[in-house]
Amino acid sequence: MGRTLAQKIFDSHRIDNPCGDIHVLRLDAVFCHEITTPIAINDLIHRGKDRVFDPDKIKVVIDHVSPAKDSKTATQGKILREWARRHHIADFFDIGRNGVCHALFPEKGFARPGFTIIMGDSHTCTHGAFGAFAAGVGTTDLEVGILKGVCVFRAPETVRVNITGKLQPGVYAKDVILSLIGKMGVNGATNKVIEFGGPVMSAMSMEARMTLCNMAVEAGATCGICAPDMTTVKYLWPFIQADYASTADALAAFEVWNSDPDAVYDGVIEHNVGNLEPMVTFEYKPDQVKAVREMAGTPVDQIYIGSCTNGRIEDLRVAARVLDGKKISEQVRGIVSPATPKIYQQAMQEGILQIFLSAGFCVTNPTCGACLGMSNGVLAEGEVCASTTNRNFSGRMGRGGMVHLMSPATAAATAVTGCITNSEIFTGQRGEL
Amino acid sequence: MKKFEGGVLFLDRSDINTDEIIPARYLTENDKNALKPYLLEDLELSGFSAQKDIAGKGVIITRGNFGCGSSREHAPWALEANGIHLVIGESFARIFRQNMFNCGMMAVELPADTIDRLIHKFAAMDTRLETDLGKNRFTITADGAREEILFSISEFDRELVAAGGWVDYADGKY
Repeated sequence: MGRTLAQKIFDSHRIDNPCGDIHVLRLDAVFCHEITTPIAINDLIHRGKDRVFDPDKIKVVIDHVSPAKDSKTATQGKILREWARRHHIADFFDIGRNGVCHALFPEKGFARPGFTIIMGDSHTCTHGAFGAFAAGVGTTDLEVGILKGVCVFRAPETVRVNITGKLQPGVYAKDVILSLIGKMGVNGATNKVIEFGGPVMSAMSMEARMTLCNMAVEAGATCGICAPDMTTVKYLWPFIQADYASTADALAAFEVWNSDPDAVYDGVIEHNVGNLEPMVTFEYKPDQVKAVREMAGTPVDQIYIGSCTNGRIEDLRVAARVLDGKKISEQVRGIVSPATPKIYQQAMQEGILQIFLSAGFCVTNPTCGACLGMSNGVLAEGEVCASTTNRNFSGRMGRGGMVHLMSPATAAATAVTGCITNSEIFTGQRGEL
Repeated sequence: MKKFEGGVLFLDRSDINTDEIIPARYLTENDKNALKPYLLEDLELSGFSAQKDIAGKGVIITRGNFGCGSSREHAPWALEANGIHLVIGESFARIFRQNMFNCGMMAVELPADTIDRLIHKFAAMDTRLETDLGKNRFTITADGAREEILFSISEFDRELVAAGGWVDYADGKY
């Protein structure tokens, strides 16, 4: 019987099967940030087990509150920094070299096909875009991962989502995933892997695939996965060229992970996006989605473009194309946070930051801050934010605040008018993935 | 092993997320007990007051997909800091459920109709729940009403509870 990509990863990494469908897997990478790791570090110290299973497989970044906003966040950074130094963890990204974890780590080549990856962060599912099994976990799982290099999972059932059709102008990966979550529900893929496929996924860049996989957890999924292909190989080539004679060789090695043609799925969803319009969330759950057209005219107070969902260079390019030569509404403030220093520099070199600044945006350093209401763009009670992030939970970006999730194109158009607006009227051209 | 008993807090809504259980503004705490005053601070639910309704409770009974959203283990820790070691629901988000057992606590699923019946029967009363782990049985009592309900958890989850959590379990084994 054929196996899915996730099953192949489980079979190749399983070190124990304590009972039934419970599997203990060997980990290829453990990612850490300053919010969920310090308590694990302190507990290991308290237990007299301040060790790491393999310093080369642990990647560490300060990203959620950067730079520190107060003594408490400074202490979190200090605990992480001292721990990384103590254990000779070479890949530690301190203030200035740091970026949003799920944008920075792929950029460094840390996510690879066939890998098992955990992090104390629910959007770790993003790295599945590279054909990895990457799952968000809590601090205790992280602690055991750091100490032992293992993690426990239920056997993954896989839902296959075939994305078909041809995307209309102004419609992007964010709109695809919002519409899919609307279809599946916030609990629709709990304990499952969502394997994205079909011609629309195949045509997507790695950045767009990361946007898809990033929000798999908003349907409850353990991980989103895209089978590795030549797009994956080309993205990773700077990091793997010493290992393979050619990109074709690398592709052949990666493709062994791909689901077999006769793999058994827990379900198959045909998601035709040919008639899909730009989407936006309403109310407080990510499966509460509507066409932007239906929400058009809803006033907002703040626009936020950034995050592990949509803070990558392609996202900034799309937004800049909408904003070019325009000013944002005087009724709103705009905040853009390029997700990594590399993206920041690219945006600077391409003149994108100039467009944002001329339009009246505040350009912040790379950080997760605003997305979860910790720093750099927190909402006040009763305020509304048009945001390219991933969660519209009540109070997510600040107590009493309201969040409408949307694509960078829609967010940029919304910034110009001050109310939820379809970007197509500004660009008048077909958008790219 | 932790105790799985006490007054019952009924949260009659699905999809209660971890931002509602413990808002991100408190994730800067490096001491689990510091989370105690902030449990469910942002939960807006008709008739619920975090200040009045949490004290003295040891168990939560809720609906579906409890603990969805962020992976923050601060959610189970905030429950633990308040003496709540058991959440009973129709279903749980994967990470939250694992975090509970990883801490030696329990997230136990019961059928939707059972949850519905319990909420209608007991939610308005001062309700208490006790757990017999050996017999897989909850006993729920309130003002003359009494009900026994059988539950099941996997052997692995049972071992995590007995070990006091995943660190102790894994450290001895791997």
